[in-house]
Amino acid sequence: MSKTYHLTTPLSDEDVAKLESGDIVYLNGTIYTARDAAHKRLVDLLDEGKELPFDLKGAIIYFVGPTPPKPGDPIGSAGPTTSYRMDSYSPRLIAEGLKGMIGKGKRNQEVKDACVKYKAVYFGATGGAGALLGKQIKSAEVIAYEELGPEAVRKLEVVDFPVTVVNDAYGRDLYQIGREQYEVK
Amino acid sequence: MREIAYEEIVKNVRDIIVYSASHLPEDALDAMKKAYENEKSPVSKEVLKQLLENAQIASSEARPLCQDTGLAVFFVKVGADVRVVGGLLKDAINEGTEKGYREGYLRASTCEPFSRLNLKDTVGYNLPAIIHFDIVEGDKIEIEYAAKGGGSENVSRAKVFPPAAGKEGVIEYVKECISDAGPNPCPPLTVGVGIGGTFEKAAISSKHALFRNIGSVNEDPEMAELEGVILKELNKLGIGTMGMGGTETVLAVHIEANPCHIASLPVSVNVQCHSSRHTHITI
Ligand code: SF4
Repeated sequence: MSKTYHLTTPLSDEDVAKLESGDIVYLNGTIYTARDAAHKRLVDLLDEGKELPFDLKGAIIYFVGPTPPKPGDPIGSAGPTTSYRMDSYSPRLIAEGLKGMIGKGKRNQEVKDACVKYKAVYFGATGGAGALLGKQIKSAEVIAYEELGPEAVRKLEVVDFPVTVVNDAYGRDLYQIGREQYEVK
Repeated sequence: MREIAYEEIVKNVRDIIVYSASHLPEDALDAMKKAYENEKSPVSKEVLKQLLENAQIASSEARPLCQDTGLAVFFVKVGADVRVVGGLLKDAINEGTEKGYREGYLRASTCEPFSRLNLKDTVGYNLPAIIHFDIVEGDKIEIEYAAKGGGSENVSRAKVFPPAAGKEGVIEYVKECISDAGPNPCPPLTVGVGIGGTFEKAAISSKHALFRNIGSVNEDPEMAELEGVILKELNKLGIGTMGMGGTETVLAVHIEANPCHIASLPVSVNVQCHSSRHTHITI
């Protein structure tokens, strides 16, 4: 049966250990945004042995490219983007301490394996619920790669940001479990 | 010959783009409510509730429904007895698109294919729009518009089958496409299927099929029946809302069929997410 948790970043190994596929989590604290282009740059920095624009230890990365904010708002609409495009970069970041990713859609086996090996989780946020999710983001600040526009790395402060655990640190996958339950063969 | 001012086109296009970004059309909203009623999985039901809530927030606060405000896609029917004065119709649509995306605080999502850089400094904001023109009788201009997101576009596909593949082949192909896509295109979906024509005609037809109102009946009884068969098959996949598992994966299947070469059976599947932002106006 799915459980509900409220967690604050950075995530610890204990936080991750209690989460199971299907659990609903309300996230609070700081999370970082990055999409394809930013992921490539982060991994390049690691390869060159250089410092990243934020600390990966216990961090959560949100795969999102928000709409521009209206005057007075911290951010526009901000729902998740499809995650598989980050699959080739995520295991490297997980090995360096990343504890959570938020996106939508399937991950490949390497990402799932890295979640098990290094204790990390992949959360699904509701794709297309950009208006609703954007409201849970209280501040947003571009901290790197401003020239990438919507793909720049942003530091977000979130309050009760709703996500569902898709891949847990035990190798389970909600997309498989859920589908098998309702598939008519 | 009737004359329409360039500026009038610009304004109309700008307005429908801004409005569509935050207002889910009635047909899509009704289909989502129906899916919410019918859904058997509690998790999918919960997510559908979130999506209906999202639509409510978006329209009442004029916020974009989804951060992927898409590429702007148009099907434009130009009456033979009308002409645009003060500039080209194509330029007016592009100018209206740029204005809409900029003034509506919508995301510009166009980029060069390899550098992945945004073209906004050289060509314009979220430009060029994707425009398909047709010449028809009359003195009006009909503009059908949809914002097409990347998530659902990325799972779309096309193939030219040998004629022997028949209906069975088409059904299998669509099923395979939606099954492989799983959660990625943001279900519940509208599935556009282009059948016949040539390779590109099938693809354009599958796109245009997505502009039809969800819940409307195909005028061709044979295709209407096939839509029903495919819809039933797709909802057996168990994918559910956002892939969480469930009974309501596809809201509607829309087919557009064309005559084709005696040697071929082209088929294209174009997928639209639950955020089916589409509208049309006649000027
Ligand atoms: S597929 Fe549709 S709902 Fe999902 S993120 Fe893209 S535009 Fe938004």
